[in-house]
Amino acid sequence: MTADSPAAAAPRYDDEIVKKFLLATFIWGVVGMLVGAILALQLAWWPANLGLPWTTFGRLRPLHTNAVIFAFTANGLFTGIYYSMQRLLKTRMFNDTLSNIHFWGWQAIIVSAAITLPLGMSQTHEYAELIWPIDLAIAVVWVLFAVNFFGTIAVRKVKHLYVAIWFYMSMVITITVLHVVNNLAMPATLTRSYPVFSGMTDALVQWWYGHNAVGFLLTTPMLGLMYYFLPKAAERPVYSYRLSIIHFWALVFLYIWAGPHHLLYSGLPDWAQTLGMIFSVVLIAPSWGGMLNGLLTLRGAWDRLRSDAVLKFFVVGITFYGMSTFEGPMMSIRAVNALSHYTDWTIGHVHSGALGWVGMSLFAVGYYLVPRLWKRPLHNEGWATAHFWLATIGIVLYVVAMWVSGITQGLMWRAIDDVGQLQYPNFVDTVIKLVPFYWIRLGGGLMYLSGLVLMLVNIGLTIAGSRPDQAINPSPAPAK
Amino acid sequence: MSHPDNNSPQSPAPDSWHRRTLEHKSALFAVLTTVAISVGGLVEIVPLFTVSAGPQAIAEVTPYTPLEQAGRDIYSREGCVQCHSQMVRPFRAETLRYGEWSRAGEYTFDRPFLLGSRRIGPDLHRLGGKYPDVWHYEHMKDPRSTSPGSIMPAYPWLLEDRIDTADVQASMTALSTFGHYTQAEIDAAPAALAKQGEEIVGRLRQSKVENIEADHEIVALIAYLQRLGTDGKKAIKDQVAQTERAQGEAVAAGSAQ
Repeated sequence: MTADSPAAAAPRYDDEIVKKFLLATFIWGVVGMLVGAILALQLAWWPANLGLPWTTFGRLRPLHTNAVIFAFTANGLFTGIYYSMQRLLKTRMFNDTLSNIHFWGWQAIIVSAAITLPLGMSQTHEYAELIWPIDLAIAVVWVLFAVNFFGTIAVRKVKHLYVAIWFYMSMVITITVLHVVNNLAMPATLTRSYPVFSGMTDALVQWWYGHNAVGFLLTTPMLGLMYYFLPKAAERPVYSYRLSIIHFWALVFLYIWAGPHHLLYSGLPDWAQTLGMIFSVVLIAPSWGGMLNGLLTLRGAWDRLRSDAVLKFFVVGITFYGMSTFEGPMMSIRAVNALSHYTDWTIGHVHSGALGWVGMSLFAVGYYLVPRLWKRPLHNEGWATAHFWLATIGIVLYVVAMWVSGITQGLMWRAIDDVGQLQYPNFVDTVIKLVPFYWIRLGGGLMYLSGLVLMLVNIGLTIAGSRPDQAINPSPAPAK
Repeated sequence: MSHPDNNSPQSPAPDSWHRRTLEHKSALFAVLTTVAISVGGLVEIVPLFTVSAGPQAIAEVTPYTPLEQAGRDIYSREGCVQCHSQMVRPFRAETLRYGEWSRAGEYTFDRPFLLGSRRIGPDLHRLGGKYPDVWHYEHMKDPRSTSPGSIMPAYPWLLEDRIDTADVQASMTALSTFGHYTQAEIDAAPAALAKQGEEIVGRLRQSKVENIEADHEIVALIAYLQRLGTDGKKAIKDQVAQTERAQGEAVAAGSAQ
């Protein structure tokens, strides 16, 4: 039952690559969220744009979104995938060289993004801003990762594929398709290109990409991590195998249809808008299937939430997944979208998914892995609990501030007076009203970020082996 | 008790149909996943390339001039789209604030599209012609001089940096792949850039702005902002006038009988 014990018969797994990805995850996490905090400050206090071209909001926001999606989240996914798939398939990764090219190639891509985006080199497609030479590099590195991934599956020592692997596979396949199609472009110079599709078609292709980057990078592989790490941490089997089958196939089939909900009331043909809205609403079912399968896996283990930081993070993460996959479909209903679109409500929604679901789940994976990878107890368990509360309260402040600010502005935009004229004809009036909420949002974000910094310090001190009882406790089994 | 490492989620027994037919056959699993994720995209995107289901073209909507295209590239570079949408929705409150709601055919030459997703500032799709050129000059230099309380950063470097003719021609060459420009237009770009630039500089001079020349980036950006939504607005106006004329004739014909 103790699969992590170094039994002689067990295959030797490549855990060095897992360590590298893990450190990259949380270091880039700090960078990405720090940029986010700067952006939050710029909205509350415009002089923070600093009067320099490369520090203005318009150039930095893509750096924030790309950093948290492709540097923090993607590295976190790779951490969990490299660790779990070797164990689930009872084999070392197919090729260590490919693993290392994947790691260093990916970090090089992140660095090149961090240089080019502030310089204003952008394709402007959201979450696909990177210029065409970097897009080519992403395609190459991703395909090498796919070869390594499917190669590992091909040389597996067990017959069947566990549910986590299905979700990882859906990511590898779908991201390839999305990235290639959405970045089809004609280069003009080394740093500028024009997309093959124009106008509304370009918009639809972009949101097919954008929505499913959320679906197949921030959702399905995260569920895969949940299916591996949550049962391991809870020492309980997954609640329902049958439910995992149904919600996997329903999720991967339905998700891809939902993109047009980003273009409601636009020039996109009505039938496409309606399809996007209907499939978004239907998405609640498979999303909540995953949430319930996660939460019910904890049946009989709820008491351990009091002492186990890993489970604490997971439970809040999965709960936020349930909440944001309820909120998203609601916002896809035209009547609600008429109010929420273009406002901070969307920003709040995204962050309840990114900070709540993705962030908290990756923290859970991190706290699970660090003692096992470095084979020593976590430097300070109390800090992990402090991190949990900083993060949880930070998210709540952030999301509530954005709900209030989004709904406030949406209502002010549409307010009509008695004689049928705009009640707030001066747009700036609807902006000044939001500034207090921008300060609250900054406070929440800084709490979340400071929790992550605490985690990074905790990890560093664990690796340095500074815990005094470590010498008398050389067991590779993690502290619980 | 089973754990993920033992590859046995709780139930049912490991010889389920799904396990035998799919989980043992990774290639088949991958193929079926690919099919599952392809259907939605194909059904929604492919019809847009047909004449009947795709965006309806509007004859009055034509490509951007070389200077406007240069301005559009600056708009992309500065990330204006992060805070400003270019899509007026068909609601009374929006048409009151911004003007005519946006039609699909207006974006024919928008590569990339710049609809935006968040209005930290106002929508810009009907900005063309709304303010004089000098307003944009002052606004980019110091947003609070024209819009007190604005949280927009200033863009003073646009008043100093200059566009590069060869760079604009490179953009036009790439866009000519999609039929935006002919080779003759690309060759004539230097003259076209100078001509439209001088017109804007002339208007700025009348407003006592002396230090700006035709190849300053601010001039290109003003050209683009003043073009925004104007083709569509004209087309919609013409169409409304035509419809009213037709209705008037029908009424006249009806009363004559």
